[in-house]
Amino acid sequence: MFEYCADPKILEGFQWWSCYLTTVKHMNFYTSFLVVFALLAATVPIILVFGFAGAIARRSRFAPLRWLGWIYTSMVRGVPDIIFFLFVPIAMDQGIEYLRHQVKCSDWAEPIRQGNDFVVCAAAKMPLSISPNWVHETYGFFLAALAFAIVFGAFAANTIHGALGAVPHAQLETAAAYGMSRRQVFRRIQLPQMWVYALPGLSNLWMILIKATPLLFLLGVEDIVYWARELGGTKTSRFAYPHPDWRLGYFLVLMVFYLGLAWVSEVFFERMMKRLTQARGMSEATQ
Amino acid sequence: MTFTKLLTGAALMVAVAGSAHAEGKTIRMGTEGAYAPFNFVNDAGEIDGFERAVGDELCKRAKLTCTWVTNEWDSIIPNLTAGNYDTIIAGMSITAERDEVIDFTSEYFPPDPSAYVALAGADVSATKGTVAAQTATIQAGYVASSGATVVEFATPEETVAAVRNGEADAVLADHAFLNDIVKESGGELIFIGDEVALGGGVGMGVRESDTELKAMMNEAIASMKADGTLSALIAEWFDGRMVKY
Repeated sequence: MFEYCADPKILEGFQWWSCYLTTVKHMNFYTSFLVVFALLAATVPIILVFGFAGAIARRSRFAPLRWLGWIYTSMVRGVPDIIFFLFVPIAMDQGIEYLRHQVKCSDWAEPIRQGNDFVVCAAAKMPLSISPNWVHETYGFFLAALAFAIVFGAFAANTIHGALGAVPHAQLETAAAYGMSRRQVFRRIQLPQMWVYALPGLSNLWMILIKATPLLFLLGVEDIVYWARELGGTKTSRFAYPHPDWRLGYFLVLMVFYLGLAWVSEVFFERMMKRLTQARGMSEATQ
Repeated sequence: MTFTKLLTGAALMVAVAGSAHAEGKTIRMGTEGAYAPFNFVNDAGEIDGFERAVGDELCKRAKLTCTWVTNEWDSIIPNLTAGNYDTIIAGMSITAERDEVIDFTSEYFPPDPSAYVALAGADVSATKGTVAAQTATIQAGYVASSGATVVEFATPEETVAAVRNGEADAVLADHAFLNDIVKESGGELIFIGDEVALGGGVGMGVRESDTELKAMMNEAIASMKADGTLSALIAEWFDGRMVKY
């Protein structure tokens, strides 16, 4: 990074630290914090979509759809998260490759499962072997994000389902008496009022989601936990910057980061709740 | 010397010509990236080490384009069979159990004795106490059968840390891995007890169905052994260790 970093062996004190903390590896560590935010940004919309879809399915008048919603929420909530996190990316990956194989290499004579091996033709690989590494990493990230969305979407569905039911029934009946259709009642009365009941549950879910982001590491994504462990480990003199086991320090940084994130979220939700309840207070006053 | 070089070069060309359609294929090399000096992530964030040097040379000789990926040790075999990468080049000893699931090329690093390391002042009885080893390694299996209590860790780093903080009495791992650590611990860590011969040398893991790649790599390894480049690389990365092929 700096010119004097050319020979790390002779550096001391501040210069050593300034060089050490700006190595490419450390830059990877710093950018991996963005991975956490990227995960939150990518999953939250999908979680809400899954949540709404699940909740609406559970309230549907069409029985099979209702069962589907019920199966989704109770199944995901009943199975340990970690099993879903391990299962979904592998199953998705092999499922996609299987389908691509059927389409692109229909003349392939060998079986896909050969003993322990899962073999598809080169053109069916997802991503292709020749793709640069970042494509592989991005693909892995999105599979992981999908696993997060499926799991947390089920919890959101349950929260939203409960919140929709918590809106005072009298209001819905009144709206119907005014001649609104079922859909209009839902859009104009039930949905806007639902938020205030859903928010405590959803904010709780957000906190759990933040705390669950290190699971990315388990799915092979090079996130902050991966780099903290990698950088903190003992470095012998084979490395340019040898040091003993510093994992404690690196994990401390992660702890401060997560605490900061939790604190900011807490403040945000508190304000949001205040605004929502104020709005509700007004609507109650006009009743 | 030049004659053998020519000879192996010719043999290689024949081998490559025989499998012309595989030439220039892109191969993904899977490694752990946490096992210096075999493989590690250097300060530039790149995979480095003995196996990086060997792997790149093998790919050059086999006329393959190679890209490197890291993967956690405990899932390194399942991810190979699932097709996430094409080889395992991660200091993996050739054993009968692993050979049932995947195939190995011929060895590119000789059988390395495993050694016990403990805090200075410990005596040989530590090897019968609580011994740390990495999960799914030959050492973990050996400790369990030796009558000592085994504590397993996901990474090599943690096995040594367990000895340093007193969680384990000793650690059992490859001598080649522990050597650097003991040497630079400033007398804090020492080798104790006798070395144990485990495993059959380090080979590259490939899918059982990937016989073509295995043949190409075997060919390349043989040529590196024949012209002395492999011995030179071993000497370079392992303290001048002499290996005759």
